[in-house]
Amino acid sequence: MNKIVEARFLAPDIKLFRIEAPKIAEKRKPGQFVVVRVEELGERIPLTIADSNLEEGTVTIIVQGVGKTTKHLNLLEAGDFIHDIVGPLGKPSEIENYGVAVSIGGGVGTAIAYPTAKALKEAGNYVIGIIGGRSKEFVILEDEMRRICDELYPTTDDGSYGFHGFVTHKLQKLLDEGRKIDFVLAIGPIPMMKAVADVTRPYGIKTVVSLNPIMVDATGMCGGCRVTVDNKIYFACVDGPEFDAHKVDFDNLMKRNRMYLEHEKKSLEEFICRIDLMAKKLEKQNA
Amino acid sequence: MPELTNKDRMKIPRHHMPEQAPEVRIHNFNEVNLGYTIELAREEAERCLRCKKPVCIEGCPVAVKIPDFIKLVAEGKFKEAAEILKEDNALPAICGRVCPQEDQCEKVCVVAKKGEPVAIGHLERFVADWERMNIGYRLPEMRPKTGKKVAIVGGGPAGLSCAKDLIIMGHDVTVFEALHEIGGVLIYGIPEFRLPKEIVRAEVDYLRMLGVEFVTNYVIGLTETIDELLQRYDAVFIGVGAGLPYFLNIPGENLLGIYSANEFLTRVNLMRAFEFPKADTPIMNLQGKDVAVFGGGNTAMDAVRTALRLGAKNAMIIYRRTEAEMPARIEEIKHAKEEGVKFIFLSAPLEFIGDDDGWVRAVKIQKMQLGEPDSSGRRKPIPIEGAIETIPIDAAVIAIGNGSNPIISKTTPDLKVNKWGNIIVDPETMKTSKKGVFAGGDIVTGGATVILAMGAGRKAAKAIDEYLKNPEVW
Ligand SMILES: Cc1cc2nc3c(=O)[nH]c(=O)nc-3n(C[C@H](O)[C@H](O)[C@H](O)COP(=O)(O)OP(=O)(O)OC[C@H]3O[C@@H](n4cnc5c(N)ncnc54)[C@H](O)[C@@H]3O)c2cc1C
Ligand SMILES: Cc1cc2nc3c(=O)[nH]c(=O)nc-3n(C[C@H](O)[C@H](O)[C@H](O)COP(=O)(O)OP(=O)(O)OC[C@H]3O[C@@H](n4cnc5c(N)ncnc54)[C@H](O)[C@@H]3O)c2cc1C
Ligand code: SF4
Ligand code: FES
Repeated sequence: MNKIVEARFLAPDIKLFRIEAPKIAEKRKPGQFVVVRVEELGERIPLTIADSNLEEGTVTIIVQGVGKTTKHLNLLEAGDFIHDIVGPLGKPSEIENYGVAVSIGGGVGTAIAYPTAKALKEAGNYVIGIIGGRSKEFVILEDEMRRICDELYPTTDDGSYGFHGFVTHKLQKLLDEGRKIDFVLAIGPIPMMKAVADVTRPYGIKTVVSLNPIMVDATGMCGGCRVTVDNKIYFACVDGPEFDAHKVDFDNLMKRNRMYLEHEKKSLEEFICRIDLMAKKLEKQNA
Repeated sequence: MPELTNKDRMKIPRHHMPEQAPEVRIHNFNEVNLGYTIELAREEAERCLRCKKPVCIEGCPVAVKIPDFIKLVAEGKFKEAAEILKEDNALPAICGRVCPQEDQCEKVCVVAKKGEPVAIGHLERFVADWERMNIGYRLPEMRPKTGKKVAIVGGGPAGLSCAKDLIIMGHDVTVFEALHEIGGVLIYGIPEFRLPKEIVRAEVDYLRMLGVEFVTNYVIGLTETIDELLQRYDAVFIGVGAGLPYFLNIPGENLLGIYSANEFLTRVNLMRAFEFPKADTPIMNLQGKDVAVFGGGNTAMDAVRTALRLGAKNAMIIYRRTEAEMPARIEEIKHAKEEGVKFIFLSAPLEFIGDDDGWVRAVKIQKMQLGEPDSSGRRKPIPIEGAIETIPIDAAVIAIGNGSNPIISKTTPDLKVNKWGNIIVDPETMKTSKKGVFAGGDIVTGGATVILAMGAGRKAAKAIDEYLKNPEVW
């Protein structure tokens, strides 16, 4: 059981948590993640460690409510407890001084890219940030990113804020302007990562993406998280989650992530039913 | 009962284990075997000849005093029988259920020469269950506290048995486990219908009562390294098992519907996917589906019988060799057959074929024939040229074994491992190349058995006790 010391929304259904986990805080490196279980019969889900605070012994995670477990998590508040948290898992990001590094985050992907972007900056890179969202309210961590980036470009699909268009359009624009780019880190929805890989491929720019397959143990024991990279099988939880974007079989990953769509729908429905039922019971008790 | 002669004893037929009927049990996850009644157990115990030179003891990896405990069962002295049993076997309720007795004690039992061996495993199970249900566990005699601290890495049978001996010897013991529940394969691998989790939990609770501390959700190598543990503990035992599933390395293996046995069984056992949506973790819907399981060991049998219970219309074992070479326990093969599992022998998968959405739809099979025996003594399967078949399937489970997980070896550079990643130990003491660090179980031997892991844990406990008395000489 780990205590939540802070919980606040950054965007609609995207919530930041600081959780007491001193050992993980001490050990974690950029690019690593934790596995969380919200309740006894809950699923084990992976979440990137966005930040840590050694003095208070906490790790920060930023969660987008997409289904049962993440939506349940986003109902929790400071003072509540997380049932289990284990980590730090996965290989840390490979941090080097590449020169000019572009860090691209789409939606909650910005939270996943943030710790690595910060490390890239600390390693001496000139860091350009591109952070996208559907509309203004979905652009997250702008202040944090601005602090560590030499240039920052928010983008929105609807043009309600910053650059009007996808993050890839902004990246393409920088390339068209003749900007020298040595390294690209792209984290977000799979189609976005695939599109970034397609943009940088002709330029031969080293591009890294963080893959999000469905995981169970996240220690290399089950192989459920296997991804195809360069026509070989890798376990994303121990060999990744970061891989060379130009070699990833994104279509296979996209299909594999859809494996439990029906179950996921049912699971969320049951959860909502459960909450409804509790609310009704409460009403009755109070009546 | 009057004293029986050996001839009388030999005449008694082996008592069969009462079990759930196949047509009933394929619809539930409850234990298949129901256990001997007191009468059955006492009658079965009368079959033992109480040999002067009990070869069964030699056949048992931990040398349980078999005729002694069986005699006490015959006399109805179950409490005493349990005490004798537990002198050598730390987990008899578990071993009685999962040991490959037909390759060990029962294989060499003298009675087997003329008929069926004494049902040693069933009797072991009976005694352990009787004790748990009638008198519960008692505190053993504990040695005075030594003030020494030992860290156990991994909560499987190797780690648990090591922990038990060390706590009784007076040391402080903490078990660190990567998953959220203690038990290793006993919890995440072996299904409820073969080993009820309640039994594993009772063993763990007993250790807790003896004072063993358990820390779950703690991956040694990542949350804390072996070197860091050595700063807080006087000795470390590594029992992390063989947790890295092998795949077939054939085309199409990443299609949807293809699982490793570890994933399939972990979803169902540890994460309780059979109770979905009460439990959150899903497993694909197998109702009315064709499911192929590749492999011939206990893991394959567990997976195929799990698939049946999840509603598969057609659950198949596809194995490269023949039934005679299958490493699974005979009882599991028998149960699988009774339940309607299909066995397709002499067949090796070549390729999985998928549909447009990425789901597996068929597997291409190369038919084989048996050639000369290989290094393991089993006849080697060789392909029959041109004999290729396609079998339609909706799901597949790959149960062809496990390698060793590299998390610990990668983060402990001075810990010597062999080319398969197994930790190298001195077989007498289980000590590794690193001072103060011992290891045992599947991480040393590669995938083996519960009883061997348990034996290794106990051997290491003895050596650790010696080491703690005088670390300088080690
Ligand atoms: C290494 C890694 C780091 C991640 N970091 C973050 C993060 O920092 N913030 C964040 O909001 N999300 C992150 N994710 C994604 C997050 O794990 C999923 O959104 C979450 O598991 C969804 O669970 P659910 O029950 O809420 O939704 P569900 O409705 O169960 O699933 C929604 C979708 O999430 C994926 N998913 C489902 N179960 C799992 C699972 N057990 N493991 C992984 N993916 C699953 C599937 O593609 C599914 O279609 C990360 C994923 C990975 C692999
Ligand atoms: C499906 C299946 C069925 C089987 N059936 C039988 C049977 O019928 N009879 C039989 O005798 N044998 C059977 N076996 C084999 C038997 O289960 C194993 O030989 C035995 O469990 C090995 O014990 P162990 O303690 O070495 O490892 P495990 O049981 O594998 O336990 C190791 C534990 O260490 C944990 N761990 C791993 N890495 C770390 C880390 N870095 N930090 C902390 N913890 C870690 C794991 O999570 C696990 O809990 C079966 C195996 C499987 C998979
Ligand atoms: S070998 Fe068989 S008959 Fe002889 S003591 Fe052992 S169990 Fe009894
Ligand atoms: S999640 Fe099980 S091996 Fe990666």
